[in-house]
Amino acid sequence: MRLEFTEEEQAFREEVRSFLREKLPPAIREKVLNGFELSRADHVLWQRTLHERGWGGVSWPKNFGGPGWNSVQQYIFEEETALAGAPRLIPFGTKMVAPVIMAFGNAAQQQRFLPPISAGSEWWCQGYSEPGAGSDLASLKTRATLDGDHYVVNGQKTWNTLGQYADWIFCLVRTDTHAKQQSGISFLLIDMKSPGITIRPITLLDGGHEVNEIWFEDVRVPVQNRVGEENKGWTYAKFLLGHERTNIAGVGGAKRELARLKRVAASEKKNGRPLIEDPLFAADIAQVEIDLWALEITNLRVLSGERGSRAPGPEASILKIRGTEIAQRISELLMRAVGPYALPFRREAMEAGWQSDPSREAPGPRYAATLAAAYMNQRKLSIFGGTNEIQKNIISKMIVGL
Amino acid sequence: MNFEFSDEQRQLHDTVNRYLTEQYTFEKFRAINASPAGWDKAAWAGLADLGVLALNVPAAQGGLGFGPLETLSVMGACGRSLLLEPFLSSAVIATAVLRAFEDAAAAELLTRMASGEAIAVLAHYEPGSRFETRWVTARAQKSADHYLLDGHKAVVLHAGAADTLLISARTGGDPGDADGVSLFRVPRDSKGLTLDVYPTIDGQRAADVYLKGVQVPAGSRLGAEGAALPAIDAALDIGLAALCAEAVGVMQALVDATVAYVQSRQQFGTPIGRFQALQHRIADMLIHLEQARSMSYLAALRCTDENVTERRRALSAAKALVGQSCRFVGQQAVQLHGGMGMTDELIVSHWFKRLTAAELMFGDSDTHLQRYAALTRS
Repeated sequence: MRLEFTEEEQAFREEVRSFLREKLPPAIREKVLNGFELSRADHVLWQRTLHERGWGGVSWPKNFGGPGWNSVQQYIFEEETALAGAPRLIPFGTKMVAPVIMAFGNAAQQQRFLPPISAGSEWWCQGYSEPGAGSDLASLKTRATLDGDHYVVNGQKTWNTLGQYADWIFCLVRTDTHAKQQSGISFLLIDMKSPGITIRPITLLDGGHEVNEIWFEDVRVPVQNRVGEENKGWTYAKFLLGHERTNIAGVGGAKRELARLKRVAASEKKNGRPLIEDPLFAADIAQVEIDLWALEITNLRVLSGERGSRAPGPEASILKIRGTEIAQRISELLMRAVGPYALPFRREAMEAGWQSDPSREAPGPRYAATLAAAYMNQRKLSIFGGTNEIQKNIISKMIVGL
Repeated sequence: MNFEFSDEQRQLHDTVNRYLTEQYTFEKFRAINASPAGWDKAAWAGLADLGVLALNVPAAQGGLGFGPLETLSVMGACGRSLLLEPFLSSAVIATAVLRAFEDAAAAELLTRMASGEAIAVLAHYEPGSRFETRWVTARAQKSADHYLLDGHKAVVLHAGAADTLLISARTGGDPGDADGVSLFRVPRDSKGLTLDVYPTIDGQRAADVYLKGVQVPAGSRLGAEGAALPAIDAALDIGLAALCAEAVGVMQALVDATVAYVQSRQQFGTPIGRFQALQHRIADMLIHLEQARSMSYLAALRCTDENVTERRRALSAAKALVGQSCRFVGQQAVQLHGGMGMTDELIVSHWFKRLTAAELMFGDSDTHLQRYAALTRS
């Protein structure tokens, strides 16, 4: 047993680091490190940069144009990019639909859809949740009826992340209303420019536009855009959820935010002394740092078990729960660290970021401008990707056997 | 980075696990616990026969020369079986103390400890020290070729079972100083040394040790005068790592027992394990257990780190988290067993008590959280 990575893995880490030093645009880095919003262009630029290096499909095997990294290399890549302040990879294309297309799509679909995902020239979004189908996803009602060589899709999807930027959406739709819930679902790839699609923003509690509702009204989708077999979509959906989990703990991002918390707590004052010296606040930081350390080792344990090619199992639920709780706790401490300057809510100061002109500047310290909004936004972590309560159901069923 | 155990480590685990499962049943534990001595010489001899008492003894002294990972491999089973014998005190901590010194008598003692003939324990903490190892007020007065020891050592684990006490006392400096602490090999039957032996909350035995003009030859001092504290700290850290591994074994046992219980216990016409409130509580217990297991690995891997700050940072992180997990898993296991969890009859309450003790030993979670914060800031 040893904690240290192998020499090859260390060399790989160095390779990622030097790539980041060279290629990560400083403007993007500043935004990420200070918690400011990234634009579509920022994300696309970063995806292109990765693609040029041959790293466009981080988790992809070589035969599909990926780097062919094992799970440890992927972990190192995710950790280093997070620490360096690179954008979080938008998962819908590279990590969600792509693995499904690789595993269950036909050769034509693979050739058509995979290269633009890697190149960042087509943006994907996800059509899973519906107003009546959240944790109980299999109860989804969006219908697809066969009409010649097309499906006609009608229904509504919601909690669609960044769909306003998307060129394509992958959707779970019901193709058999008589079968058992899980057996009547198909997996469709739908062009967002198709007639009959309406997208409407949902404004979140932090004022941000991150998610949407999407309506489908007699949207015609070529049968050739169905992945795999009709009515087998639930199998593919479950496969996809398994792949969503490679970086589920978010250790690198949490380390970056913890470092930020310490910077903020070192520059904030309480009774004329740095806040970080306050015994209660110091204990709060120590606690979350220890929790993160334990999570990191647990994550490495899971990874080391996966070094071969074993898919992540239900242990991923433990990583999801602890990872999101820790990220939420750090965001809460960041907000609390700035005291009264957590209260001003000047939207311009958050969006303009470090480049803001003085008249739109945050009233308190600049680093305080986004912290309360981020805290509020991070509440989503324990809700999305399977709520933490659903994760506990999985643990008690799969690991404990209840 | 890998979390595989070596063949030797697996073998050790299997051997001890098999021995304790077969020989050290809950009934046996109850019988030993009820006996006046509170530990069993035959069980101790059995452990000696397996070779586990020699685990941490250097090969030169007839031992196996293993380290913290091999110790971790057997501690889980010791925890699950609620071992009452002084394995942690003598075969881990005192062994680590003695190993640190170039000393013929210490080497000879180690040889006898490896074979199970001799038992030694460290008597260091004092009534006013809580868990601060520098807080030594006991005094050692040198005169000619001997020392005179005076003081009071608090809650010395398994002191009553030991032939030899390793007693710290000041030869210089003041309480709180790192320098000036010396360590002495003291036969338990020395004149002026009295033990007030009692059971602890978990059924182990401990004693408060009183020293009144205890005379020991100068040659029983281990190492240079006034310079023993680093060796004491190092040994206690090795013990802390072993204790974390033992606690993980107990937590695993409690999670298993609780899962089995909620599957068999029927209420409202159904096993109570069908209720989501209980399922989620068990999921939380499992999460605590796995985080604690991760930190027990960290503790074992770092407890012999030569960089003392890094070593203590890792150990404090481990003990803080493992201690918190001990509380959560122990308390919830009792809760989910309902009234049965409150009884002496079920092993569950005994595991709970062992975890309660483990959380308090060598620094509770708050102490280590604070120490971690201080080490991390500086």
